[in-house]
Formats: sequence, C-alpha cells, structure tokens
Amino acid sequence: MYVAVKGGEKAIEASHSLLDSARRGDPSVPELSTRQISEQLSLAVDRVMAEGSLYDRELAALAIKQAQGDLIEAVFLLRAYRTTLPRLGNSEPIDTGRMAIQRRISATFKDIPGGQILGPTYDYTHRLLDFRLAGEGGSGGEGSAPEEGRGPPPDEAVPRIVDLLGREGLIEEEAASETAEAPPADITREPLRFPADRDARLQALARGDEGFLLALGYSSQRGFSNNHPFAGEIRYGAVAVEIMPEELGFAVEIGEIEVTEVQMVNQFKGSSAAPPQFTRGYGLVFGHQERKAMSMALVDRALRCRELDEAAVAPAQDEEFVLYHSDNVEASGFVQHLKLPHYVDFQSELELLRKLRAEFEAPSAEAAE
Amino acid sequence: MQPDAVPPLLSARGVTKFYDGILGCRDVSFEIWPGEVLGVVGESGSGKTTLLHCISARLEPTAGTVEYMTRHDGPADIYRISEPARRLLMRTDWGFVHQNPREGLRMGVSAGANIGERLMAVGARHYGNIRHAATDWLDKVEMDTGRMDDLPITFSGGMQQRLQIARNLVTAPRIVFMDEPTGGLDVSVQARLLDLLRGLVSDLGLAAVIVTHDLAVARLLSHRLLVMRRGEVVESGLTDQVLDDPQHPYSQLLVSSVIHP
Amino acid sequence: MVEDGYNFAYLDEQTKRMIRRAILKAVAIPGYQVPFGSREMPLPFGWGTGGIQVTASIIGPDDTLKVIDQGADDTVNAVSIRKFFARTAGVETTERTEAATIVQTRHRIPETPLGAGQILVYQVPIPEPLRWLEPRETETRKMHALQEYGPMHVRLYEDIAHFGHIATSYDYPVRVNGRYLMRPSPIPKFDNPKMDRSPALQLFGAGREKRIYAIPPHTEVRSLDFDDHPFEVQKWADVCAFCGSGDSFLDEIVTDDRGGRMFVCSDTDYCSRRREAGCTGPAMQAAGPGEA
Repeated sequence: MYVAVKGGEKAIEASHSLLDSARRGDPSVPELSTRQISEQLSLAVDRVMAEGSLYDRELAALAIKQAQGDLIEAVFLLRAYRTTLPRLGNSEPIDTGRMAIQRRISATFKDIPGGQILGPTYDYTHRLLDFRLAGEGGSGGEGSAPEEGRGPPPDEAVPRIVDLLGREGLIEEEAASETAEAPPADITREPLRFPADRDARLQALARGDEGFLLALGYSSQRGFSNNHPFAGEIRYGAVAVEIMPEELGFAVEIGEIEVTEVQMVNQFKGSSAAPPQFTRGYGLVFGHQERKAMSMALVDRALRCRELDEAAVAPAQDEEFVLYHSDNVEASGFVQHLKLPHYVDFQSELELLRKLRAEFEAPSAEAAE
Repeated sequence: MQPDAVPPLLSARGVTKFYDGILGCRDVSFEIWPGEVLGVVGESGSGKTTLLHCISARLEPTAGTVEYMTRHDGPADIYRISEPARRLLMRTDWGFVHQNPREGLRMGVSAGANIGERLMAVGARHYGNIRHAATDWLDKVEMDTGRMDDLPITFSGGMQQRLQIARNLVTAPRIVFMDEPTGGLDVSVQARLLDLLRGLVSDLGLAAVIVTHDLAVARLLSHRLLVMRRGEVVESGLTDQVLDDPQHPYSQLLVSSVIHP
Repeated sequence: MVEDGYNFAYLDEQTKRMIRRAILKAVAIPGYQVPFGSREMPLPFGWGTGGIQVTASIIGPDDTLKVIDQGADDTVNAVSIRKFFARTAGVETTERTEAATIVQTRHRIPETPLGAGQILVYQVPIPEPLRWLEPRETETRKMHALQEYGPMHVRLYEDIAHFGHIATSYDYPVRVNGRYLMRPSPIPKFDNPKMDRSPALQLFGAGREKRIYAIPPHTEVRSLDFDDHPFEVQKWADVCAFCGSGDSFLDEIVTDDRGGRMFVCSDTDYCSRRREAGCTGPAMQAAGPGEA
C-alpha cells in the first residue's frame, strides 16, 4: 500500500527505457540522422540555437533528435550543455553591415541602395499542402538555387536603411549606453537586476521564447502600448565572427554565423529639448528567424519607455514582467515542477482545511442540538 | 494662533514643478502652523494637485524646497532626508487622503486590517490591541464597528472615504494632505463627511492641506486659502477675507460663479 | 564511478567559486537573498537546481550526501538528484540523517536533530517572502532594505480576523537574526522551530530565481506571530501507523475508496530507525510482526 511513494529508482529506469523506444518509434522506419535534421529541419535548428544561446548546428540537431522534436526540451538540452563550456574569450562585435546577404527587405522605401533581395521566404507562398513532398524524392530541391538569389560577397558592405535616416537626423542616434566602455552585460553569468540596461534586455529577448515575444509584440500592435512600427529593414545572411587576441593586437576571423537582424523605425517623439524624430527598436537572432527578430524589435522598443519618458501602461512595457517571464527553460521547469510530489504541503493544507471546517460547523451543530 | 511664537510645521518655498517642459505649478511659497487648515482652491488644471503632491513627498519639485518640522530632529528638507526617514514620516506623522478611496485603501483586506496596517508597520504586535484601535477609529469616523471584518468593496463611497480617513489618523499624524476628499460623493453624504472632518480636525488639533474646487468645502474647513490659477497662486489670505472680499479678478470670478443658496 | 567528460560535481571550478562567494555573503548577512549567476543544470528549473548548485559548490570527495523530498529518501526526485551526485561526484550517499555531512532537502527538515558540522541545503522555488504581497522585485528589495514588513503582518491579521488563528500551514514566514524576513521554502510550519538556533549550517538555493540565502549555525529564527496569538505547530490526533511516533510530521495515506486512511511518518529514515529499535504502530500491531 505504500508503493506509491516508494521504489522511485526502478521506476525512473523503466521510464527512461520507455522513452528510448518512444523516441525511436517504429524500428522498420529508417532512423533520422542529425545531419538530416540540420539540413532539412534547419529552421527548427535555428530556433533551438537562438533560444539555447549556442551557435552549433550539429549539437542543436542532436538536441532536437534527442527531444523527439520537442523544441523547448531541445533548447533546455543545449543550455545545460552550454553551461559546462569554458569561456575562452569574447568576440568583437559582429558587423551586420558587412553581411553576406541572402535576404534583405525594407518596408519603408521602395528602392534602396543595394536593392531589395527577396531571398528564401515563405511570405508569398500559398499555404497549400504540397503532396509532392509526401513522397520520396519529391522535394523539388534537386536543382541548384538560382544564381541571382545569392547575396554580394562579404567585402562589399551594404548600408543599413536606418543609417540613411540617421544621416538626415531623422532618427535618434543609437544611444551609446553609459557603460559603453564596460563589457556588455551577460545574464548567463550575472543575474538580471532591475532596472535593467538595454544590453541585458536585448540579451534576454534574444534568448527569449519566440511564442512569448510574438504575443507581446502583437499586443503592442493591437494597442497595448502601440509604438507605430515600420519595418525599416530586415536582413538575413552570414557574418564573420572575429576575436582580438591580446598578443596579436588585430582581429582574426574564426568563423561565420547566420543571423537575422531587424531594425524597426518607430513613432517620432519630440520634446522641448529634442526635435521630433523616429525612434528605434532592434532585433537580432541566430539563424533565419524573422518572426522572432521582428517580435524582439517590437518588444525592445516597448521596453524603452522609461528612457523615452513614456508612461509604462501595457504588459510589453513592463520590464520585470517581460524579462522575468520570457525564458522558456525557466518557465517550463517551474510550470512542470507541479508534477513533483507536494504531499507535505498538501497534508498541511488538508489539516488546516479540516480544522477550519470543523470550526465552521461547530457552532451550527451546537445550535441544532 | 500666534504664528510668531511657534515655528511653522511645514514651509514651502518657491515650489515649482514642470512636467517635461509643461508647467505644473510655479514659485509657490507658504507656511502652515500646527493645527491650521489651509485650503487650496482653483479650477481643474490650476496646479493645486501638483502642489499637493510636491509638498507631501510624492513628487519631487523641479525647483524650490519643502521643509517639515520633525518631532525630534527639527526642520528637515523632505527631499534631502533619507528615504527610510521620509517613508517613516509618510506613514506615521503624515496622512494622505485621496479623492478616490480605492487609491488610499488596500482593497483586498478587511476594514480592520486597513486601519491596523499603519500600526503594524511601526511594530504593533498585539492582535487584541490593534483590533481595539480599529474599533475605536471606526467609532470615531461614525462607522458600524460590526463591519470591521468586511472588505472595503462592500462599503458605499462615503463609508470608504471614512475608512480611508480612519486609516490615516490611527497613527496620530500631525498633518494630513487631502485631495478633494468629498469629491465624487453626493451632496447629503458630502455634508455629513464635511461635518465629521471638521470635528476631527479641531478635536485632534490636526494641521491639514485641503485641495478642492468647491468653495463651500474650503469655507467650511479651512482657516486660510490659496487661490491658484495656471500653476500660480494669485491670492492668499484668511478664508473669510478671500471669499467675502476677493481682490484678484480671478478670485472674484471664482466667487461670483458660485450660486448662493 | 564518476561520469567522464564532466568536472567533479558537474559544475566547473569557476562557477563553484562564484557560488561559494555568494554563500559566504549569505552567511555573513543571515536571511538576506544574495543574487547569483545561476546556471542551467541538467535538471529542470523548479526541480531543485538551486539546491543542486549549492550542493555541487560545497561538496567534496569525503562528504556523505543524503537527499530527501517530502521527507523521504526514495521519492523519484530525491532518487534522481542523489543519482546525479553519485554519477558526477562519486560521493558516498546515505539515508541516515546523522551519517550525512550534507542533506539536500525539498519541503522537509529531518526529524532527527542536525548537529554541528552538518549542512542542510534547501531547494527553494520562490525565495521572496513578500512576493504575494508585492510582485515587483524593485519594490520588495526596497521593503527589505527599509524593513517594511508591516504588510506581512496585515496578512496574518486577516487570518486571525477570519479564522480565529493564523491560517498559513507551510512556507511560514520567519524573521532571521531579528533582521531579514525570510521564506523557509515550502516546509510545513511544523518544521519551523527546527531552524531556530540549529547547530547545523542551513543554506537555501533558488536556481530559477537566482538567489542564495543562509542561516548560520546558532542563529535566532522567529516565526512571525502576534503577542496574543503566538506561533503554533500542527498536531495530529493519530500516531504513525508503522512506528507509533506521536511527534513526527505525518503523511496521510488513502488506503481504499471508502474513506479509509492511515497516517505514517513523512520522514522515512526516522520511521525505519524507530522500527529497527522495536517501536511499532497500530498497523503493525494489527498485521502482526514481520510484515511491513
């Protein structure tokens, strides 16, 4: 009769072997390789790398396989691995102006220096199930990508649209934070403190759950702190990562990563001290994740309310609310910890409830006698 | 009252507040002595609420100083003292009565807890004594002591306002700031509340600053008046003097716009 | 056998040093919540990562570890955490309270009194005692700094006004060393008196909320109350069905769907030690000897 709370060890082992067979599924179906995942589920890999805060396609693919495609579980696996990695150094800031562009669009100007480059996008597909994909070999991707879809080589810088506005003084200067000299915040090493600076906020948003940020960004568009956004520029492509070894004194390229960058141009604001001008919201995410990067830019702008002297009235503007609840690894763990036994607390509550009930019923029982 | 013999309880000097370049109030100076009630009148937007917040440590002025005669350490600039000292002042020696009682009450806890909160904040740890004080104060503000364990939401607007007043007075403050304390109540309720307030202020020897757009309220409660317009004080003096013989054209307009019964 | 590819007790030494600094600060300011750079662990947040990080930072090869959840050594989460340290640190583990140098716990303090040299590590879900009164961190930090603890008493006042007594049965707030208001993690208030002036060091780790706090040995821990409504712990009308103990925390076991139930010690080690010593409870007497 006492087994319900006993014998945990055996039960856990049995559960793990059930999990292994559930993951494998029908053994007559060929096993997925992590290479297949990283090549053919590349957007899932991008999301896991971004929210897992670790740029490694192979490990992210492994995490997705191990988690049976549960992306939040995969993010968690990658994060737990990341924790154990030594930190050898910090990179130089990446220069998205020198991106090898695969896609770049602006919703604010019809024609832009460097051109609009549509690149790979689902935007203009008709969402019709393509039954050719259901069959083997029907993926239609055998032909090589058209040449003109490729971006310019990385040594040819493409100006950012928002910088063009900046030259006319029509958009706020990207304010160098007071701590610009200091290394940027790292919330994976130091806990968030409030009020948080923008560097810490942006890091939290870049790691934040896509669904949560999407909902918050959307809420701002629907009037919960509307900041009248325009998609100034969205660009996606590869950028070089460089480090500056102290003994060398110059930067060395150690590889490249793909990122999506979004610069939102937001409502202008003027005061007695500053002329009216556009303001900025910024989003940067690993891989090709426009939905996430755009949501991040909307929320970044909403969170700048304090700095821009706007009243904080909506959830997306509430720094503690947004930043404390955007991390899906934290959220998922805490929500699911309700599955752990709570016998003791529950027993205490039960005891109390019985006592209160007895006290509640006592006077009426007396009256009835 | 002999203003020269005792030092003022609160002195405002050159209090000025701009909101992002927009004038809230400008260069307001006055003094309040213990037991004195100062009315601040003017139409909405005249800066009277801004002034009230500036002098009650709720809104730091852009310029000017506010000095308060503390019980033990003499006069102190309320924006220069430490935050703990200021917060202690605000919950013991001062009271603040909001126009909307919901802003001044803890709506989620009972009437008794609302009154007891300030006592517990300064260390009261005897349930029976706290309860006794709460009963006593419900009685003083003429509320049914049998409703001590009810939530504020179950009370009428006038009763909520009485509860807010009791909650403020339980620590025996020396000065109470009131923002349109009878606003939003219907006329008969207003009259009874005014009567209560007048009694309490005189019985307890409270000093008070009462912001109101209602000249009848000002006449009934205050000893002296400030008339504000567009952020500035245009006239000040004894209440009867200002209301019966207004000097400034704006005061004359205000007074003449009231329909006399 | 220690798992290859990972450092002793999983965390790298830099991280352990950072956590130890936080622990030292916590010990120096009893009851104060020290923010620390909590790491992702291979167990989910909310499942004891704070306690695990604290344990990982203080454990050495000579330590003996006991892990309990709900007072029991063999509930699934306790097993999982004990295995984690057996794998990553290869330390000796035990179920005997007095044999452990470190006891990591969720929701209970062992019945067997802890002694000098022992460390009790609590897993903490929500460290902030004022959280249900004020959701904002910026405001609660200020309330602690200024010792504005009145609102907490308002809550207790309301309990008495409505129920005639304080109706908080677990995670019952305490004042540590006359200064900081502290949340003891969701232990039943039955366990609160065990914290007071304990000769053991008590460490609290909240991984998801990134806070560590501590009660140094022999520190006063007072449960909040009113002078005329003093703090009281739960009492049971029953005794443990197995060992007959009348003064340990009892879990209720539902035995059938007709309302049948029995009470047994929540602390499994305490209960089995008593039975080894020959104590029996009503269930054992009814069933006869030798059947457990």
